[in-house]
Amino acid sequence: MALQSLDIARRSATTTEAPQVRETTEVAKLIDVSACIGCKACQAACMEWNDIRPEVGNNVGIYDNPQDLDDKTWTLMRFSEVEENGKLEWLIRKDGCMHCADPGCLKACPSPGAIIQYSNGIVDFHQENCIGCGYCITGCPFDVPRISKADSKAYKCSLCSDRVAVGQAPACAKACPTGAIKFGAKEDMVHYAEGRIEDLKERGYQNAGLYDPQGVGGTHVMYVLQHADKPTLYAGLPEDPQISPTVALWKGVAKPLALLALGATAVGSLFHYVMKGPNEVSKELEEEVEREDAK
Amino acid sequence: MTNHWVDIKNADLVLIMGGNAAEAHICGFKWVQEAKQGRKAKLVVVDPRFTRSAAVSDYYAPIRAGSDIAFLSGIINYLLTNDKIQHEYVKAHTNASFLIDPAFGFENGVFTGYNPEKRSYDKSSWRYQMGEDGYAKVDPTLQDPNCVFQLMKKHFARYDADTVSSITGTPKDALLKVCEMVGECSTTNRTMTILYALGWTQHSVGSQNIRTMAMIQLLLGNMGMAGGGINALRGHANVQGITDMCLFGASLPGYMHEPTDAEPDLATFIEKRTPKPLRPASMNYWSNYSKFFVSLMKAFYGPNATAENQFGFDWLPKQDTAYDTLAMFERMHQGRMNGFVCQGFNPLASVAHKDKVSAALAKLKYLVVIDPLATDTSEFWKNYGEFNNVDPKQIQTEVFRLPAALFAEHEGSFTNSGRVIMWHWKAADGPGETREDTEILGQLFTRLRAMYAKDGGANPEPILKLHWPYRIPTHPSSQELAREISGYAVTDLADASGNVTVKAGEQVAGFAVLRNDGSTACGNWLYSGMWSQAGNLTARRDNSDPSGLGQTLNWGFAWPANRRILYNRASCDPSGKPWDPSRNVISWNGKAWGGNDIPDMRPNAAPDEGVGAFIMTGEGVARLFAPAMAEGPFPEHYEPFETPLGKNPMHPDLPAVTSNPAARVYKGDMELFGKADEFPYVATTYRLAEHFHFWSKTSKINAILQPEHFVEISEELAAEKGIRKGDMVKVSSNRGQIKAVAVVTKRIPVLTVDGRKVHTVGIPLHYGFKGETKPGYITNTLTPFVGDANSQTPEYKAFLVDIEKA
Repeated sequence: MALQSLDIARRSATTTEAPQVRETTEVAKLIDVSACIGCKACQAACMEWNDIRPEVGNNVGIYDNPQDLDDKTWTLMRFSEVEENGKLEWLIRKDGCMHCADPGCLKACPSPGAIIQYSNGIVDFHQENCIGCGYCITGCPFDVPRISKADSKAYKCSLCSDRVAVGQAPACAKACPTGAIKFGAKEDMVHYAEGRIEDLKERGYQNAGLYDPQGVGGTHVMYVLQHADKPTLYAGLPEDPQISPTVALWKGVAKPLALLALGATAVGSLFHYVMKGPNEVSKELEEEVEREDAK
Repeated sequence: MTNHWVDIKNADLVLIMGGNAAEAHICGFKWVQEAKQGRKAKLVVVDPRFTRSAAVSDYYAPIRAGSDIAFLSGIINYLLTNDKIQHEYVKAHTNASFLIDPAFGFENGVFTGYNPEKRSYDKSSWRYQMGEDGYAKVDPTLQDPNCVFQLMKKHFARYDADTVSSITGTPKDALLKVCEMVGECSTTNRTMTILYALGWTQHSVGSQNIRTMAMIQLLLGNMGMAGGGINALRGHANVQGITDMCLFGASLPGYMHEPTDAEPDLATFIEKRTPKPLRPASMNYWSNYSKFFVSLMKAFYGPNATAENQFGFDWLPKQDTAYDTLAMFERMHQGRMNGFVCQGFNPLASVAHKDKVSAALAKLKYLVVIDPLATDTSEFWKNYGEFNNVDPKQIQTEVFRLPAALFAEHEGSFTNSGRVIMWHWKAADGPGETREDTEILGQLFTRLRAMYAKDGGANPEPILKLHWPYRIPTHPSSQELAREISGYAVTDLADASGNVTVKAGEQVAGFAVLRNDGSTACGNWLYSGMWSQAGNLTARRDNSDPSGLGQTLNWGFAWPANRRILYNRASCDPSGKPWDPSRNVISWNGKAWGGNDIPDMRPNAAPDEGVGAFIMTGEGVARLFAPAMAEGPFPEHYEPFETPLGKNPMHPDLPAVTSNPAARVYKGDMELFGKADEFPYVATTYRLAEHFHFWSKTSKINAILQPEHFVEISEELAAEKGIRKGDMVKVSSNRGQIKAVAVVTKRIPVLTVDGRKVHTVGIPLHYGFKGETKPGYITNTLTPFVGDANSQTPEYKAFLVDIEKA
């Protein structure tokens, strides 16, 4: 959703200069996995604040419900049972958008203004500009965005940009009963995490650490992990997430070419979207990206 | 809780056992995190399952469901043999030094005085040796072989680590590790808090589970200390309140006794219920029993209660037999109960042995359900296919459903687990035809009263004489009720020199003002002072905390007398100095007791007067030896009524003491206990973070978060039974069967007990045939109809089942 009270630092498929007058503090959400009890209050708060209700599903033999992120599930507790150092651990990770400093979704997005990054670091989808091509999914190293079957647009966690814009913490952070979700200036969150990591090390978690992956320029959702050396233990959290080479190329070396192509694509996309709907136009482009990915 | 929620942060060791605070008390659990992060406290979890609490613990030890007394007795034995006790505390503040009648003993798994036919004890030998001065004899050296301390040593010596490990299935090294961590808290500068809940109460030995832990806390010197205590985490926001107001049929508000047939008049009743002091300086606070009781009668019957008519004593029902939940449904099942008003209660889902409850409800003439929700109970008569397979044609019960307002739809007070009474305000009107509970009862009462006035009846006085002074008789307000509960002067109250201190009609400042001459009225002495002349103190929201201990004395009102930590006198040594000056709760300043709490002591009782720290007991000290318990003054391990072992490993050759010898078992229910050959697995039922009892299944968001009934089993049992995760399985006990989805998990440990392998089947209970969740069976279809010998709380936590792929 468009919010004038937040400055937009970057906008998909747009070259307009970002406003630079106001000094904005970079924000971050810190999820302390070691303090999380997996109560799902964050999921409930997310549904309530954003007025989204996925279907009542089934139990498929695990605690994760719904089973995956979807257009109406923007955050999800993922439960992993692991044995580390001969000791059972139940690792519970709150999954959702990481709000990368260098967002692969935004870079991949061909539709002007469908994905924006605020100067405070929040990456937000503006559905009114979304053409449903699904490139953001390809661009995301964390497999977060989902296309809705209802309107063929992409959805994900907005870090409650509407709340943050008026000085409130995201709904999940507000609801968290154990203080496992903290929200504030990124600098403060990093500092707070240092204290938590020290505590965990004292309790025998030698590899405790902060998950703020530099492959995507750092993130505005960070984790305190007991086993920061093995992020994949936490329901497959990527060890070293990177933006896919194709997307990187798109915005990197090939930028001048891309800019030319972009205009054509955007116009083409819009034309096709109006005429034929979203899926067909994206199909061949998507396949192309996937072919590149596979290399 | 003897302490309170915020106080958990003052602990050095948090033990969660008999509960799962992270799952069932999520908001309060923040104080555990506070202790861990602020005080570097360690969290230890002992549970049959690796729970959500265990997920954030420093140490987890598995235990077989229903073997807690053995585990805790093992700790007691460890503390005694390794000298990890706070000697001065034990001497000063417990009955360790008291001498017991030499006739008392323990043999063949029972204490002296057991009557197997009646399944109960003649407790006449469970008593102190009395001196010629009329007080109990003591041996301060603790050497007399009949002193409590020596008897205790002997009793618990049998619980060595190998024996305990074999009974509980807890690996010996894990048991010893927990013992060691607990033992570290015997120093004056370290405290342990214990957080428990229904995982201890819902056993046929429930009360003794808690008592065993109370003994540990006394040996460690942790009662009365900041960060210590015995802390029952209550479930419903106001279940503490309902308990205080008289949840038990055998109680009156403020934990006074309902009179029985054996107490035909007021004088006999008061004489019998008022305890005698057992030591010379003991405060024996229950000596005020008559003041609290007469004030209660004045609140009940107002001007109709006079000294001449024993303040209406004859109008109170006199108990002839038990009226607890199991007794009530037993009576209903026998067809000896015709009508049932079921308010805020969903017994079809929440009472043990659903089929029996359903059959009992079907024998009623009428059932009135007062509830905000359309409960499963209100549709017990309706066929919901396999989930509630009844034939409505066979059921003649007439059901009235009266929609009640939810807590947020009216004002009133909540009493939390920490005994803090907090006012809450109305947030919204209830939907449709909902009425507040007070209005529903007001309407019912005024109509009944009119009928009795017009038509008379067998026994009209209890209704016609009731004091009903409310502005709108059909709708007493929560404020009026709160003022009445807190208490007021009926006539002017004067001090010894004749000066009026409280005028007639004024609110009293607290229970110390109450009298037994009819000049005061008080609906619950424990709550007295919550609404004084200063106003509604439960509405206070000042969270300033000068002590830093989280005492916040101006936040709400804690019973009794706004005291936040019970027995806080015991946080000091005999001379009145705090055991731990860094966590000073109260102390003696040379003239008076004071500090960061309301002293649990007469304020001017100088330490050298020797007034005992435990003012509610006749002894003035806490009881390591407690004759009030139904099954013995010391705890003993007894197996659940459905045991996987078929014997009590402490007494393998004595079938009579396999399970609690003093527990009540109704005719027909003994035969329904399953045996291990047919039902080989230990089942335990529990709650989930995503749900609240049987309410939240009606809420869409909760249904999304945990949509369908499941059971949890180990990977090993799953492999043995050919069950994969997500399969539908059938779980059966000797009382019925349910179907649910299998969650196959590493979090259910497989235990070695008494040389054999014991598997656990975990069964959450939130599901049923009404609501937004996927229709499911009611878990209590499986549970046994037997309760704890003291409280009659059913044994939901340990029974036997079989499981197979459906």
